[in-house]
Amino acid sequence: MTYCSQTFTLLLTTKLRIGTISSMSGSQSEEVFDLAVIGAGVSGASIARRLSMYDIQIALIEKEADVSFGTSKANSGIIHGGFHHEPSLLKSRLELQGNLMFDQLQRELHFPFTRCGILVAAMDEEEMKTVQYLYARGRKNGAIGIELCSRERILDLEPKLSSDVVGGLHAPGGGIIEPYRFVFALVESAQHNGVRLITDFEVKEAHHREGLFQIDSAAGDTIYSRYVVNAAGLYADEVSQIFAAEEFQITPRKGEYYLLDRMTKACPGKVLFPVPNSVSKGMLVIPTVEGTVLVGPTAEDIHEKDDLSTSSSKLKSIFDSARQMVPKVSTKDVITAFSGLRPALAEGDFYIEASSRVPHFIQVAGIQSPGLTAAPAIGEYVKDILKEEGLTLQERNDYDPNVQRVPRIRNKNAYDIDELIKENRAYGNIICRCENISEAEIIEAIRRGHDTLDGIKFFTRSGMGRCQGGFCTGKIIEIIMRETGKNYSEVTKRGKQSTVIRRSLCEQNK
Amino acid sequence: MRTEQIDALVIGGGAAGMSAAVTISAAGFSAALVEREDELGGVLLQCIHNGFGLHEFKEELTGPEYAERWIHNVEESEVMVFCGTTVMEMNLLEDGRKECFGYSPQHGVVKFVTRTVVLTMGCRERNRGNVMIPGTRPAGVYTAGLAQRLVNMNGYIPGKEVVIVGSGDIGLIMARRMQWVGSKVHGVVEIQPYPSGLTRNISQCLNDFKIPLYLSHVVSKIYGKERVEAVDITPLKNGVPDHEQTFQIKCDTLLLSVGLIPENELSKQVGIELNPLTNGPTVDSMLMTSIEGVFSAGNVLHVHDLVDFVSAEARLAGEKVIDYLKGIKPKRELPIKPGANIRYINPTRINPDVDSEIYMRPLVVSNNARLKIMVNGEVVKQKKKPHVQPSEMIKLKISPKFFQDVELTPDSRVEVTLQDEP
Amino acid sequence: MSPDKNTKEMICIVCPIGCHLQVSTDGEEVKVTGNRCSRGEEYAREEMLSPKRVVTATCRLEDPQHPRLPVKTDAALPFEQIEALLAEVYSLSVKPPVKVGQVLIEDFAETGVNLVSSRTIQTQ
Repeated sequence: MTYCSQTFTLLLTTKLRIGTISSMSGSQSEEVFDLAVIGAGVSGASIARRLSMYDIQIALIEKEADVSFGTSKANSGIIHGGFHHEPSLLKSRLELQGNLMFDQLQRELHFPFTRCGILVAAMDEEEMKTVQYLYARGRKNGAIGIELCSRERILDLEPKLSSDVVGGLHAPGGGIIEPYRFVFALVESAQHNGVRLITDFEVKEAHHREGLFQIDSAAGDTIYSRYVVNAAGLYADEVSQIFAAEEFQITPRKGEYYLLDRMTKACPGKVLFPVPNSVSKGMLVIPTVEGTVLVGPTAEDIHEKDDLSTSSSKLKSIFDSARQMVPKVSTKDVITAFSGLRPALAEGDFYIEASSRVPHFIQVAGIQSPGLTAAPAIGEYVKDILKEEGLTLQERNDYDPNVQRVPRIRNKNAYDIDELIKENRAYGNIICRCENISEAEIIEAIRRGHDTLDGIKFFTRSGMGRCQGGFCTGKIIEIIMRETGKNYSEVTKRGKQSTVIRRSLCEQNK
Repeated sequence: MRTEQIDALVIGGGAAGMSAAVTISAAGFSAALVEREDELGGVLLQCIHNGFGLHEFKEELTGPEYAERWIHNVEESEVMVFCGTTVMEMNLLEDGRKECFGYSPQHGVVKFVTRTVVLTMGCRERNRGNVMIPGTRPAGVYTAGLAQRLVNMNGYIPGKEVVIVGSGDIGLIMARRMQWVGSKVHGVVEIQPYPSGLTRNISQCLNDFKIPLYLSHVVSKIYGKERVEAVDITPLKNGVPDHEQTFQIKCDTLLLSVGLIPENELSKQVGIELNPLTNGPTVDSMLMTSIEGVFSAGNVLHVHDLVDFVSAEARLAGEKVIDYLKGIKPKRELPIKPGANIRYINPTRINPDVDSEIYMRPLVVSNNARLKIMVNGEVVKQKKKPHVQPSEMIKLKISPKFFQDVELTPDSRVEVTLQDEP
Repeated sequence: MSPDKNTKEMICIVCPIGCHLQVSTDGEEVKVTGNRCSRGEEYAREEMLSPKRVVTATCRLEDPQHPRLPVKTDAALPFEQIEALLAEVYSLSVKPPVKVGQVLIEDFAETGVNLVSSRTIQTQ
């Protein structure tokens, strides 16, 4: 029952978000945070949650309307197997360490995750040599359980592979995850343990005086903090500059993906990597935890950090490449295309250290692949840096690592659902038929702070299926308005100016 | 858990479901009609324009009026109606009956144990992902049917400056609707060299408002980060985009009317065989699917362009359900196949001993066409068609007389071809 | 769309064939070519001299479950009256119960055309 009151306060903070901040910047009760984490992607969320274990005041700041709306939203969703990077790199160490933390995290946070394993498929003997090299590197990294596979072994492990495969690598510790659901759960857990989430807060200016950072948003709000972690993803370079810290450049590297309907005959049981060669990296075929399939990603350095456009020009080459590995992959099964941007640093490794220019300012930049896998370890690593930098970390005695599971009707049997409906009628109202989502789950998403169409989509999966929101969007708009008291003109796809409805006929005669 | 033992469960309370349920119930069998929305009528309720009912009622009605006549028929009947109820699961029982679970806020989960099932779930719209329009993914991209629901049912106007992709009838109807609610439609973009909608709609929904129709054009890119800001439109030259001729239209809304797909999630779940040409179940002369006792009619079987045909087809399905419940089965069936210039024929088998109605879609536009019904390669009946086009389904009556002069063997097959004459 | 005084091209909508008509007017006299039947000529004449359309729309309904009531004209309305009718429809508000066919606006602008409800909504 304690949880219920927690949900209630969450709802309140969501609604009163702006009011709370402005009263803080006013004269009365200027609340000061010990730590401000900038960026509520998977890195920032992991850091905030890890630090919420201690008796300090933490603000998690996000420029978008919801968390996980940047790089963490659109990526391959892979928990990597520890053979992709050289042992000398920080990212290799954190990848391996992070990977091992996911089982416990899942027990606490209930996000969709499964260790389905990863295969690298060699299509000729030349590629098999590269695979041997990957195997040796994985061994050196300490990847658990990796093995070399003969043709028979690999086809046995993954019958969807082309019969042209000659062998490959198997990393059983690798897996798949729904990245946004992971971030949502991390943030919810952090909030549950006292972290203040502040969305729609784009850092515009920062000043450091008397051991305190003053951070101003583009909208004119201000917060104060003693320590700052820069986990701003694609914008980490700009945030660093705002704080007068190190100068570096983040290059957005675009990856385009295609999502295939769960009815596809191409759905593999494991994550399938081709062997990278000098000409092309090749396309992955990735099963998602929810049964759909991802094909991609491309890798293209671009200039604009918000250019998430997709192009049709690469469609054919992407599918040709994927089909070499999995012949059943077909463009007919495509339900949507999307792009994600990786925040790439020229050096290629993660850049996680205390600023040498600005005290109490920690850089967490260049977190591209395997950032999702490494995130829990990044939380740990940054905790140690903060401690070294003098932040007093005293464990709270009321820390609760668990978040409450949202009952979902998907995959539940009719008798259990009958019981659920008796407790809460909204479970009987099916809103999204492609993914089997009830009204109760939509309401729960909104109560947990996800009140945009995209936020609800990522929390519940409504609108993610084959109809892509054709049936449910109208109903979800109504539920958002009813639950939040918002006007139609305030309902957005993903915050800011992404309004869904422009006018109302009913208003004309009021 | 509430349990209902019945003769027929009709899934979907739109035009098809109401017609099938009323037919079955009138013959004295117990029928339940399940509808996921809170009221019967289906998509008709948002189709507030007129043009419905010329075949069924011999007058021109709006969608809600057409629905209301059928709702009245349901109310007068013995049909048990479950609104606000979604059937999520179907299982085949050992005794041949089917067990279906419907979820409802009001009743909880309702278990229907039924001798027959009629699938009348209708269809859904193809979307941006299906047609793969490149560009950004801002707010302001809607399927035309979603926009229609927002405007006509809620009074919400999704945008002020509109471009429509696809010249299907819903797209055309929405062009006029958007104009009539005060928005401006800047163009309708159609990939085919001919419009997909009815001529009447081209005339009254586009020409009346001087809305340009770009035939053999595609939307090649969407711009806008938060909300749609513009689209690129590219003409096709010999079927491929001629990018040098690309032009841009500023708009805040893109409506997609790019086709409909039968809604067969439940059919797939129970393993019903689907016809790749229609995306609906493969059905025999009884309109029965590959699973015995499960029938199908209306847009879930194949996408129709006239609701009147949906009602008629579902009535036929209802009659076949009655036959089935009475143990009446066809003595023999012949496969019927699409020949030249025909995309598909539904059903895929016919009973040569009774009158039957078949529906087919032509592949060509012709103002002087001839339908030929052939058995074993021999023409048994011809019919002149003054006008055919792919967007208009052809309905054809097949009579036992057609087969009088041919010898039918178990290997006989019927073929229908469409000849485009000069 | 005002009737052109000289010539005009239109597509006949009487049947699905869709004849391309060339229509010319000289005062009250209308000349039609391109039609295959007499119904096409009739259609062209009416389109040239007094185009009319059945109008469908929604007006406000004071019912939380159904915020909009579908309405239609019970006959075709002269083209130039459509805008004025729509303005009136959008400012109209109806209280349930309302029956299909119920007249909501009588003899609009003395055209003899009524606006009627195209749906029945009972009181809650």
